[in-house]
Amino acid sequence: MNARLLPFAGFVLLLALLGFGIWWSSSHDLREVPSPLIGKPAPAFALPLLHDPSKTLGSKELAGQPYLLNVFASWCVACRDEHPILMQQGKSLGIKLVGFNYKDDANDAKRWLAQFGDPYDVVVADLPGDVAIDFGVTGAPETFLVDAGGIVRYKYISPITPAIIATELLPRIASLKQEGR
Amino acid sequence: MIPELGQFALILALLLAVAQCVLPILGAQLGNRALIAVARPAVAGQAVFVVLAFAILAYAFVTQDFSVAYVAQNSNSLLPWYYRLTAVWGAHEGSMLLWVLVLNLWTVAVAAFSRRLPDDFIARVLGVLGFISFGFLLFMVLTSNPFLRELPMPADGNDLNPVLQDPGMIVHPPMLYMGFVGFSVAFSFAIASLLGGNLDVAWVRWARPWTNVAWAFLTLGIALGSWWAYYELGWGGWWFWDPVENSSFMPWLVGTALIHSQAVTEKRGSFRAWTQLLAIFAFSLSLLGTFLVRSGVLTSVHSFAADPKRGLFILCFLAIVIGGSLLLYALRAPKVAGGEPFAAVSRETLLLVNNLMFTVAAAMVLLGTLYPMIGDAFDLGRISIGPPYFGFMFVLLMLPVVLLLPFGPFIKWRAGDWRTAVGRLRPALWGAAALTIVAIVIARTLADGLPLRAIAGVAASVWVGLGIVLYALHRWRTLPRGRRYTPEMLGMICAHFGVAVFVAGVLVVEATSVEKDVRLAPNQSVTIGALDFRFDGVKDAQGPNFRAQQGTLSVLKDGNVVATLHPQKRVYVRNQQPQTESAIDPGLFRDIYVALGEPIGTDGAWAVRVYVKPFVRWIWLGALFMMLGGFIAAVDRRFRALPAAKAQPAREPMAPPAVAAEANA
Repeated sequence: MNARLLPFAGFVLLLALLGFGIWWSSSHDLREVPSPLIGKPAPAFALPLLHDPSKTLGSKELAGQPYLLNVFASWCVACRDEHPILMQQGKSLGIKLVGFNYKDDANDAKRWLAQFGDPYDVVVADLPGDVAIDFGVTGAPETFLVDAGGIVRYKYISPITPAIIATELLPRIASLKQEGR
Repeated sequence: MIPELGQFALILALLLAVAQCVLPILGAQLGNRALIAVARPAVAGQAVFVVLAFAILAYAFVTQDFSVAYVAQNSNSLLPWYYRLTAVWGAHEGSMLLWVLVLNLWTVAVAAFSRRLPDDFIARVLGVLGFISFGFLLFMVLTSNPFLRELPMPADGNDLNPVLQDPGMIVHPPMLYMGFVGFSVAFSFAIASLLGGNLDVAWVRWARPWTNVAWAFLTLGIALGSWWAYYELGWGGWWFWDPVENSSFMPWLVGTALIHSQAVTEKRGSFRAWTQLLAIFAFSLSLLGTFLVRSGVLTSVHSFAADPKRGLFILCFLAIVIGGSLLLYALRAPKVAGGEPFAAVSRETLLLVNNLMFTVAAAMVLLGTLYPMIGDAFDLGRISIGPPYFGFMFVLLMLPVVLLLPFGPFIKWRAGDWRTAVGRLRPALWGAAALTIVAIVIARTLADGLPLRAIAGVAASVWVGLGIVLYALHRWRTLPRGRRYTPEMLGMICAHFGVAVFVAGVLVVEATSVEKDVRLAPNQSVTIGALDFRFDGVKDAQGPNFRAQQGTLSVLKDGNVVATLHPQKRVYVRNQQPQTESAIDPGLFRDIYVALGEPIGTDGAWAVRVYVKPFVRWIWLGALFMMLGGFIAAVDRRFRALPAAKAQPAREPMAPPAVAAEANA
């Protein structure tokens, strides 16, 4: 074989990998990188409300009671899988559910919520994704459980399933209630 | 109406890019002089429309035309005018326009300064540049049009990302793009020589100053980016091995190899095919970098504009440009190794080691950057490779480069002699040993002593620095006036001296910087080394488009205030985005760096980050020396001299089109 073809052959391999990367990132959003935030205070933030951008909501307003922060976006395919489960079980979690609209066009997000239903108690919008960087968000969907003291207790990457709610979220929420945090 | 004109301008530029690509290359293949003559006017025309489009977008920002979606997304009525201008390239669409603008500036420069090169050769060069421009313009027109309207028009814009509201951001992207895109010139010279089959080494001589200038700009761009990340992101780090940083670093590494291999090919005729391949690699990695940043396949703090659809387009473009040029290389590259033979101990060998190390380092960075994707592909789970991998591997690969660097100039071409070189470098060896001992003693009396890495850094730095100074002296003694320091030689000395400064900065700051996160109540102090940091409390402050809480820290040495620092915690009005603004007391030998964390408790106490970073400025100072070296070497008149007349058959001179006036304007 002509050795001069080697760079080309190497490039074909690289191309296959990059093509795979595009396919993968548009079909998955699973990023299994453990969060260094667990057990630490959630980053301070203040974001405009999706439905009323003149008002903001942030860590200050949320302090004092536990909440579940769910990162979602209308462009995120996996969020669509997760959404019906939040619609069914969101209200029965017994905890404030905060929607975190990530790098999304506000109109798209509103349309998306109108179409599939709005399970959230309140939705904040992070268009530039800066707060998401502070939270260490690597993609959507991701879910953070934050206690009344503002400490991140649990983080789950990729769509929440009924099993995750039953085995991971509900016991943690119950123990937070017992602790009174 | 005016934004629509911008879009028309882009489309016209696209059409002219097609003309600039197809006709001259066809003309050069067919030997048709009329088609070849299209190249320069097409270049000029395309540049006019691209400049027009850019000016129109800038005008939309300055006049706050929020009916343009891109302006509404990235500007705000409260945004100061200078940030309105830089907001033009603050996000994806505009930065692509800047990319194309820079490419057109390079192309105009090539068209203007290449009158003495053979017509068919330069026609192919301009044609290749036209194809690259075509790809990017098509990309903008199809997937990232900056002139899209948003109707009904929003009352106010969304504001520029606060992280980008900073002077460093004004210059960082243009300089980086000057470097990235500048490699397209060496690339198109290589492709033109492959296309034309004229594989003599003349093209390398013409390409050398262009490569040097591009490399110098890229060095500056990366240094500015590092400096910006250091003070703006509030982490005090200067390099994160982030995928976006890596994608600008890979072309730099290959570019460094390229400028050295070009020197060998031009002077000795060796490494011909290798130089062509490196020229292809350097620009391919620039394109790949653009792909990695824009496609969303890798997440990063910088990738604020990621979209898989765009990724697919760029991937196809990459496949055509890189795949096509590598295939062309496989078919047309010189089969026989040319050039003069060289011995095992020779400057050629040393430069080969340099090339090997830099290329392997680039491959290492590429592998590390793509590793999460490889993990997915083989179902190994998503593994991120962090700074430990890059840091370790990079130091390992650069160690021989730094150790061998001083020998480079002392070993002769073709066949050198170790013993003479070692003899000439003996003062540098002793100097390195002596100064290292001095550094250890000083550090021991002032602080807790130097860690091993800092010692190694000082030794390596002195070795390289003295080695290069000895070479400068050697030239002074042995050569007649006028031949001692040609710009090429001076640039080499300057850039290599920059390496010494850089190495000292990196290893000392990595080994000895002190970072403390402390809770400070007003009038409370924290001590680091000989310095006391007194927290004087936090007051409110007001900026043009943000409110801030501004802390005051007094830095005391022996009870005297040496610096007063005002770090801020900003909240931008429009988005209620919090943003940490660190405060730095810069110094040649140490930086004091403070940033506000969060308020704690009710007594006015805050979490405060206090860093002391010795020698951190040397990192960027070294990079500046390297950049300067690149620019100085590029002005050498030798590169502008034409080779013997055989390369330029007698032809009637082409009528000079309007390009020259354009480029000189």
